[in-house]
Amino acid sequence: MKPLQRKLWRELLRLKGQMLAVAAVVACGISVFVSMSSVKYSLEASRERYYSRFRFADVFVQLKRAPEFYRETVSRIPGVASVSTRIYADVTLDVPGLDEPATGRLVSIPEYRTPVLNDLFLKKGRYIEPGKPEEVIASKPFLEANHLAPGDRVAAVINGRKKELLIVGMGLSPEYIYEVQPGSFFPDKRRFGVFWMSRRALESALNMSGAFNDLSLTLAHGASEKDVIMQLDHLFRRYGSLGAYGRSEQLSDRFIVDEIKQVGIQITFLPLVFLAVAVFLLNIVLRRIVATQRDQIAVLKALGYSNEDVGLHYLGFAMIPTAVGAVVGTLLGAWLGRGLMNIYGDVYNFAELVYYFRFEDVALSVLLSFAAAVVGALGAVRSAVQLPPAEAMRPDSPVIYKPGIFDGEALRKKIPVPVRIIVRNLERRPWKAALSVLMISLAVAILIAGRYTYDSVDRMVLVEFNEKHREDVTVIFNNPMPPSVAYTIASLDGVQEHEYYREEPVRMSFGHRRRRQSIKGIRSAEGLQRLVDKSNRRFSLPTDGIVLTSTLADILGVRAGDRLQIDFLQGKQLHRELLVSGTIDEILGLSAYMNLDALNRLAGDGGALNAAYLRIDQSKSGKLYAAFKKMPGVSGIMMLKAMKESFDELIAQSMTTSTLILTSFACVLAFAVVYNGARISLSERARELTSLRVLGMTRGEVSFILLGEQALLTLLAIPVGFLIGIGLSALLARALSSELYRLPLVFSAYNFLFAFMVIILVSVVSALLVKKRLTGLDLVEVLKTRE
Amino acid sequence: MPDKSLERGEAVLRISDLSKFYIMGEVQVDALKHLSLDFYAGELAVLLGASGSGKSTLLNIIGGLDVPSEGKLFFHGREITAATEAELTAYRRRSIGFVFQFYNLISSLSALENVQLVTEIAPNPMPAEEALRLVGLAHRLNHFPAQLSGGEQQRVAIARAVAKRPELLLCDEPTGALDFQTGKLVLDVIEKVNRELGTTTLVITHNASIAGMADRVVRLRSGEIAEDRRNLTRMSPSELVW
Repeated sequence: MKPLQRKLWRELLRLKGQMLAVAAVVACGISVFVSMSSVKYSLEASRERYYSRFRFADVFVQLKRAPEFYRETVSRIPGVASVSTRIYADVTLDVPGLDEPATGRLVSIPEYRTPVLNDLFLKKGRYIEPGKPEEVIASKPFLEANHLAPGDRVAAVINGRKKELLIVGMGLSPEYIYEVQPGSFFPDKRRFGVFWMSRRALESALNMSGAFNDLSLTLAHGASEKDVIMQLDHLFRRYGSLGAYGRSEQLSDRFIVDEIKQVGIQITFLPLVFLAVAVFLLNIVLRRIVATQRDQIAVLKALGYSNEDVGLHYLGFAMIPTAVGAVVGTLLGAWLGRGLMNIYGDVYNFAELVYYFRFEDVALSVLLSFAAAVVGALGAVRSAVQLPPAEAMRPDSPVIYKPGIFDGEALRKKIPVPVRIIVRNLERRPWKAALSVLMISLAVAILIAGRYTYDSVDRMVLVEFNEKHREDVTVIFNNPMPPSVAYTIASLDGVQEHEYYREEPVRMSFGHRRRRQSIKGIRSAEGLQRLVDKSNRRFSLPTDGIVLTSTLADILGVRAGDRLQIDFLQGKQLHRELLVSGTIDEILGLSAYMNLDALNRLAGDGGALNAAYLRIDQSKSGKLYAAFKKMPGVSGIMMLKAMKESFDELIAQSMTTSTLILTSFACVLAFAVVYNGARISLSERARELTSLRVLGMTRGEVSFILLGEQALLTLLAIPVGFLIGIGLSALLARALSSELYRLPLVFSAYNFLFAFMVIILVSVVSALLVKKRLTGLDLVEVLKTRE
Repeated sequence: MPDKSLERGEAVLRISDLSKFYIMGEVQVDALKHLSLDFYAGELAVLLGASGSGKSTLLNIIGGLDVPSEGKLFFHGREITAATEAELTAYRRRSIGFVFQFYNLISSLSALENVQLVTEIAPNPMPAEEALRLVGLAHRLNHFPAQLSGGEQQRVAIARAVAKRPELLLCDEPTGALDFQTGKLVLDVIEKVNRELGTTTLVITHNASIAGMADRVVRLRSGEIAEDRRNLTRMSPSELVW
């Protein structure tokens, strides 16, 4: 090794605390980038592979019942590549080991295994055997959550008759990568499952022979999805079509696409913050190194080292910790990425979850961090290169101090000298002080933004599970029921409150914008279901007109007061015009609300009900659940409490990890900035502070001058960080919001307190470390050496 | 000891009408005023002067660390004052050896490594160990500056300066930070290098007693030459007293 390289290594080793801090910040940034971009790419690749291997359809349509020969008709539509028809039904299940009823979606598959669209991936067990109508393949998440396996049985109420289903296989389908019950947003693996069973068996159980109620198709290359959808809508209008839709409205795909988009946002925003801080840290650390090594730079030049030699030598001080950070960050990123993919694997059911660690991502992030290192080092390296050797032999000229704001006659007497020293130091280099404040505040901001999602989800839980919905159970009917169904429900023992709603599929249009949507008709917004926006404000339901969620209104481009065109997709299929009487900014999904009577009038029928909200006497729940399990005409049961539990579990799984990572990275950031600031301050002032000690100041007084400055910067940074954190959270909320959900912008006092405590703790630790060095300074030695 | 005053030969260094001034606020400070001087091969010259007399400025200009405001400097007939930055670097790398008052060793490098710093980049260096043997430090190769006494550090600095076999050895107050005994030891080494290697040596000092060891004594006062004389005999540094 050459002497200059040796010098570099030894000095890096001597400055290891500071250098490790820089390396840690770089490592955080790189690991976020590498893990997130590999997760993004892996999710995209897993999705793509899954879809093409199992022939995921491009266009879907559900209808009441259409004759099978329409399959041929559809396949002749220009642009259609292949068509599959199926029969599906939602049914109530009696699952062993589960008190409450669960919901099953039965989907038909051919008796003999042939390639179909939305094909099954058989994970365990076998395919159904022809002539055995009781055999089913059940979805993996459901089986695993209920500790069931091929060979076990569940009971289902199909078309009013209880039927035993024999599970022979465990399967997965690209249609249910995100497996949720219709009408729900979050997976409840125990209480919802998909069951694939023989088409023949379903035909006979549902009286659907020679007919289908679900059609999916793939498009030929270059075909127009819009045109095909229009043709399908035209074709199936009289068969009770709910409107054809593409992948973008397919719930499972929608969730994955949104997730991928969100990961993409994190790739851009977080690493940038870390790189910015790394630039700052390298800048201050290197400037200090060059300043303390003025004479060494001069000697090197006097000995005949060229400016490039000297420049490269000091650039090394930036490059090596960056390289260490890059290596550690890449390894950490790969590890985190794999871990995150495993978490995604629990939420999203891919046939095979591939984890791709891409060389391009690593190369890009390493390149970016080295670019950051160069930018950070540039100023210091340039001054080392430009330092004229003869001048460098002389000590740095003393810095010029001027009387500052605290030097007025009146104030001077009141402010003790140590405080004046602190204030003057900050006044002398306001930009440096401001930058330090900014960097510490960035750490605060990341802490705030990292925990903001917690608060946001808390609000979501409060609004969705406490304020908006107050029922215990939702009973969904498989067919619209006449209003008289209320008597039947009310007569059940244990029902305390009951309330009904109608859900009517329509097509809304305004100008050239159209949207498939269902209108929910409710009696009032004061009962079990209320209208609550994301700020937890309650809304009342007008007797006329329609209330749209803000996002839906935005999609359609309407505002309150506009008139919306409505086409009913079922029943008399009337065309109506409707006043938008208001908008409400809800957290979840897209909704349209109307007064039930008004909706009934609009639909032009005697009224229909699709579901009931019930409040039940918990002591009688067992009997009630048993009744639901046998009740005909019920396609699904949703338990609010169970939904909340599964939601909590989902959040605990996915969000806790990412918040933990973010919080620890923010701590690293805070420590790196605060510790480096204090160390540099110590190095700049060691002589001065030791002189003060020689003059008789105590260790405490001297420490106060040094650490007081850092404390002041930190205290200034906290409120600034709160503000930046709020801004960052708002940006995050905006960026992460989608049609599926909007994050409410709320902050708990605990969030701020947590950030405050972390920063204080980090500051105290770095203060203690620096104080140890300060009190360890040899008084004589420091004064002897030439500055 | 041979008297070289009679065999001057070619001037290694020719200084012609050299001036250096600094602008400090509104005043112009003249560090060097129209200086003309020649130095000859193998000469050991002592530049004497009080602090502020301009001797360090002159040394820095000779060493290519600084540029004059006016005038010219020739090294073996080549004009150093017209050299580019790269040429100056090469000049320092090949031809000049520096010894500083405060040694200016790289604290993170051992004695040997400090010398290797030079042997690494010079075209025809002597082995670093040999340079250290020359200054009597063969037994302290792997000591770091902090583990060496002031005199030892200065001797390492001298070893570092001569290891490249420079044509010109420039010593800026080499004994300035040392006590009498140690100082003499260091001067001994400088004299030995001059004698054994024939290196043209310029020692600047404010200590007039050192003048006795030189072939030639140039006294500077306020940036001008106050005296330029030759010693008839060179004293051994051990005979010096101050």
